[in-house]
Amino acid sequence: MKKLLTGLALACAAFTAQTFASEGGYRLDRAPIDQNDVVSRQAGARTFVNYCLNCHSAQYMRYNRLQDIGLTEQQIRDNLILTGDKVGDTMRVAMSAKDAKSWFGVPPPDLSVVARSRGVDWLYTYLRTFYRDPATASGWNNAVFPNVGMPHALWTLQGERSLQRKEGEGEHAAVEYKWVQMTPGTQSTIEYDRTVRDLVNFLAFVGEPAAQSRKQIGIWVLLVLGMLFVLVYLVKREFWKDVH
Amino acid sequence: MATEYTPKYTGIIGWVERRFPTPFIEFQKHASGYYAPKNFNFWYYFGSLALLVLVIQIVSGIFLTMNYKPDAALAFGSVEYIMRDVPGGWIIRYIHSTGASAFFIVVYLHMFRALLYGSHREPRELVWIFGVLIYLTLMGEAFFGYLLPWGQMSYWGAQVIVNLFSTIPVIGPDLSLWIRGDYVVGDATLNRFFAFHVIALPLVLIGLVVVHLLALHDVGSNNPEGVDIKKHKGPDGNPLDGIPFHPYYTVKDAVGAVVFLALFAIVLFFVPEMGGYFLEYNNFVPADPLKTPLHIAPVWYFTPFYSMLRAVPPLFNSQFPGVMVMGLATMILLLLPWLDRGRALSIRYRGPYYKWALTLFVVAFLILGYLGTETTNVWGQFGDWLGKADVATVVARVCTLVYFLFFILMPWYTARDRTLPVPSRIAD
Repeated sequence: MKKLLTGLALACAAFTAQTFASEGGYRLDRAPIDQNDVVSRQAGARTFVNYCLNCHSAQYMRYNRLQDIGLTEQQIRDNLILTGDKVGDTMRVAMSAKDAKSWFGVPPPDLSVVARSRGVDWLYTYLRTFYRDPATASGWNNAVFPNVGMPHALWTLQGERSLQRKEGEGEHAAVEYKWVQMTPGTQSTIEYDRTVRDLVNFLAFVGEPAAQSRKQIGIWVLLVLGMLFVLVYLVKREFWKDVH
Repeated sequence: MATEYTPKYTGIIGWVERRFPTPFIEFQKHASGYYAPKNFNFWYYFGSLALLVLVIQIVSGIFLTMNYKPDAALAFGSVEYIMRDVPGGWIIRYIHSTGASAFFIVVYLHMFRALLYGSHREPRELVWIFGVLIYLTLMGEAFFGYLLPWGQMSYWGAQVIVNLFSTIPVIGPDLSLWIRGDYVVGDATLNRFFAFHVIALPLVLIGLVVVHLLALHDVGSNNPEGVDIKKHKGPDGNPLDGIPFHPYYTVKDAVGAVVFLALFAIVLFFVPEMGGYFLEYNNFVPADPLKTPLHIAPVWYFTPFYSMLRAVPPLFNSQFPGVMVMGLATMILLLLPWLDRGRALSIRYRGPYYKWALTLFVVAFLILGYLGTETTNVWGQFGDWLGKADVATVVARVCTLVYFLFFILMPWYTARDRTLPVPSRIAD
């Protein structure tokens, strides 16, 4: 019993302590996403095909699966397929991996399951912490992913920012970050946060399109098992009446 | 036996029975005529649950095999294809991934039950040994299966484990090359691991489960009181404190199975990754032979042994001592029936020495398990007085010592323990 309880406690701790480290030591913001908010996901899809899909593929994601976030095939074809792809195709890019490597130093990773490997909080923070850095090849750097190969793809929206790091004093003092807006973007900070939230919400959907129906099915399965339990328990009690 | 058999049924069943009585005889021998102690408690569910999980894994595995591609270039994509394009594929995949962890949870609890009630003791030594062999085979099965999704953790986990063999003096490097079939983990490795995972080890596993059960039914089940129910038989020749396994325990285990399936479903449908413990986040990155992840952690069920491996300091620049310790930690389980000299089987009648030893053992095992999932600097460093050693490493060393002392000192402390008198029968 003891082992079981500790095991359960461990499992609960594991479940709640779902943390992703950021290599830069930058504290991750919680992504305020909602998987039931299809409008947010649709907005994210638009941002994704316009800003990400030029370099990053989502090669396991089919365009027509976007019907799960409330779009019709016609809407997908008219608004989201910017290449010559068919609606049943997966989200691929024309850029070759070899070219990409010579341009960015590293081929842009496929984003099909990036929300599952990095976690949504990481993505939400990462996409909001680019800054100008003349020391890098692209002129951009990132607080969460130092020396990242990717330039700030959404910079027209967010504008250019710079970052000053101030090491705190003492052994355990946190690093202080000071963000300075150099040039304004087309969106305000709040609008930009919302754009990134929608994009991350969309990437979470792309990471596991079945996630939504999974939970709905789960409730039904548990209901059926609950009824089965009552039935099986009554049978057991009936049989065990004469044991003693 | 077969000559004494008189058919019971009429009609079609009777027709089959007269021509093929074996299933009827075996059913009587192993279910309706197998007398089990009447006082099985919570801990006795895990045997039948392990069997249930085995069936779940085999059935879900068959369906996965229909869509999975054991090819280094296609494996990762085929798993995502199962998750997205195969109707119901994600359910099958999550059943299998949740089942893998569930298997170990159930088996660990089942083994703990033996330690609680002395189920490994005479005359059940072989039942225990077959059980340990099942556990070892299961570890192999899980290890081979974990490579198949071909993610970063699959790949580097396999790389690390296969490299353990290369630490063996003289033959090591050639041995690990032979296991991999290549100089690095690659397509050849994936193909052979697939073969082991889907056919070779499952066959061994099923065979071992059969002998585990046959050996159990020959000597009879132990119980929470640790008394021998065969010593007191009624006029019909059946144990007075026993009840037929069928229907009593089939209906009782069915209740346990439904509760288990509900817990299983909660994980499967709501937290399939279980916070990164059942499905590691890094395994959603395709395997990249050129990029070693910063932190390679095995899945939780291997972490106690992984902790031991890391805790043992290298000797002459070789990790072999750690590998030896890890191997011994599993092999020592085979000796358990002979190490235990206690006069009582059940913890209910054993003295404080065994109770304390078992508690320390479980705590040490859980701490080792936890530490294996973390980096060695997770608890910081000691000061200069201990040479700035990692706290976690020192704790892991202490726990490894506790793990082994539990077994090594067992003949001594169990023989000297103050045992309570064991009743001759199971009280109502």
